[in-house]
Amino acid sequence: MTETLVAARKPVAVAQRRSRLGLGRHVSRYWQLWLMVLPAVGFIGLFMYVPMYGIQLAFREFDFTAGLTGGQWAGLKYFQQFFDSPMFWTLLRNTFVISITTLVVGFVAPIVLALMINQIAGGRRKRLMQTATYLPHFISIVVIVGMLQAFLNPSTGLLTQVAAVFGLDGVNLLGDTSAFVPVYVISDVWQHCGWNSIIYLAALSRVDPQLYEAAKVDGANRLQLIRHVDVPSIVPTMVVLLILTMGGVLNTGFEKVWLMQNTLNLPVSEVIATYVYKIGILSTQFSYATAIGLFNTVINFVFLIAANAIARRVSNWSLW
Amino acid sequence: MSATHVQSKGFLRKKTPGDVVFMLVFGLLCVAILFAVVYPVYFVMIASVSNPSLISTGEVWLWPKEVNFFGYQQIFDDDRIWTGYGNTLLYSVVGTALNLVVTLPAAYALSRPEFRPRRVLMLFFVFTLFFNGGLIPTYLLYRDLGLLDNWLVFILPPAVNVYNLIITRAFFEHSLPKELFEAAMIDGVSYLQYFAKVALPLSKAIISVIGLYYLVQHWNDFFTGLVFVRDNSLQPLQIVLRDILLSNQAFAGGAGTGGGSGVGYDQQYADQIKYGVIVVSSLPVLVLYPFLQRYFEKGVLIGSVKG
Repeated sequence: MTETLVAARKPVAVAQRRSRLGLGRHVSRYWQLWLMVLPAVGFIGLFMYVPMYGIQLAFREFDFTAGLTGGQWAGLKYFQQFFDSPMFWTLLRNTFVISITTLVVGFVAPIVLALMINQIAGGRRKRLMQTATYLPHFISIVVIVGMLQAFLNPSTGLLTQVAAVFGLDGVNLLGDTSAFVPVYVISDVWQHCGWNSIIYLAALSRVDPQLYEAAKVDGANRLQLIRHVDVPSIVPTMVVLLILTMGGVLNTGFEKVWLMQNTLNLPVSEVIATYVYKIGILSTQFSYATAIGLFNTVINFVFLIAANAIARRVSNWSLW
Repeated sequence: MSATHVQSKGFLRKKTPGDVVFMLVFGLLCVAILFAVVYPVYFVMIASVSNPSLISTGEVWLWPKEVNFFGYQQIFDDDRIWTGYGNTLLYSVVGTALNLVVTLPAAYALSRPEFRPRRVLMLFFVFTLFFNGGLIPTYLLYRDLGLLDNWLVFILPPAVNVYNLIITRAFFEHSLPKELFEAAMIDGVSYLQYFAKVALPLSKAIISVIGLYYLVQHWNDFFTGLVFVRDNSLQPLQIVLRDILLSNQAFAGGAGTGGGSGVGYDQQYADQIKYGVIVVSSLPVLVLYPFLQRYFEKGVLIGSVKG
């Protein structure tokens, strides 16, 4: 649609180029554009699509000499092995609990923060709040987990000392199976909430002031303004971001989980991604690990399709 | 933005009791959030120069006490930090240069409406955001390409980030005046010439934004070093940090200079060293941050323009 609009405004010489061309003639006419896009296509093709082709390893016996795609067919043997493994339900549960909690809390928190920052009167205070809240986004995961360990240290940590003021004993939160998910999620919100709120603030800044005016004439109070003017205006942004995050729901933070893992919290912190790393890279069971990884990816994809379908029904917005 | 702000101010003139309560609760909430975000970072900084025994007894709150730089001395004496720093600097600079060389022309080509394959190509790129081959096939591919234990593994595989590509394409599509292109085409300028001589000079904003995104991505990369590199001399800063911060690997200098002073001494200063390492490794970003943050913000805004 936009393309016809653009074409209509183009001078004749350019408009003619849009007439139908065979692939060969097209390449010869636009060879420079092809040349510009080619390196990117090459890198993505090699580093993203070749591994996709290599997924067939999940259905083959890995053979060191035959490489990625040369081993004997093994059918669904490795999937069966995974489903029968005592780890299956634990991994599935841990992965789901961590991902879904992070998704829900991590999705809602930036929206709330953006609505709050939007309420701050006074440009300077607003800027201070924004600047401060998205600072942690740029601290690396390793440092974040390092800070967690320092603060949550059961004898010398900052939090332990705060707890002591209230007469509480220090607990080893990083080794506590019931505290792992809350610690993981809260620190995640701490790190990314401000950053993720920027896009909502941008959407809020485009709200037509007349809408506020009209709502006030109707007697809306502040909370009602937020509820009936601000929130509807960011729904499209919410939907797009929700779909994008849903697609990666089971990919949630290998790095952070891996770094936070210890023998005490392992029953709740072993997720599919960390297990694939251990089985595949550390104990070189390549075929088995590929099968587990593929299982993960397929579930991701199902989530994405579901999210997209829901989004389309709820708000007329969808990725495709 | 300013319009709504004037708006809400005008609204405040007639304060109802409800508004006063709202303002009070709201103000307190904002201060609490600000404190929760900033204080941990501040605490790390003062803890890195305070007497560690005062920290462990909870006497350091607002200001550093019994300032000493023993931790930093140990850090600066340790080779691993410097190797890591050097490696990360190299990977970040070379990696970002390649990122820009690959991403910018591709984004430009994909932004030209008369370039018909662009729809298919965009699908080709975007698909990889939702589906990938997974860790093991990727690992085996790198092995076959000889990228394991090779510094190029930090540079080549992440050459294109699809999100950044989309952001850049959106910028080219919406921010370059169409008339300029038409005028140039009438003058018989080729796409490559137009890109190099007209488009790029007008795109400093997007170049700096995605350049920064890529730079931070390289700077914080931990995964690549963990999975694909065994050789210590190639490891980036984040892996060195992991060793010191999380794996409690004895500090090379600390153990030696401690000499006869015993285990308690080392243990005590281990914490101070950790706080110091956090500061030293995050410092570049924290110092640059006030100057860079408006670029980051701009990047998100450009990216939110629907392409």
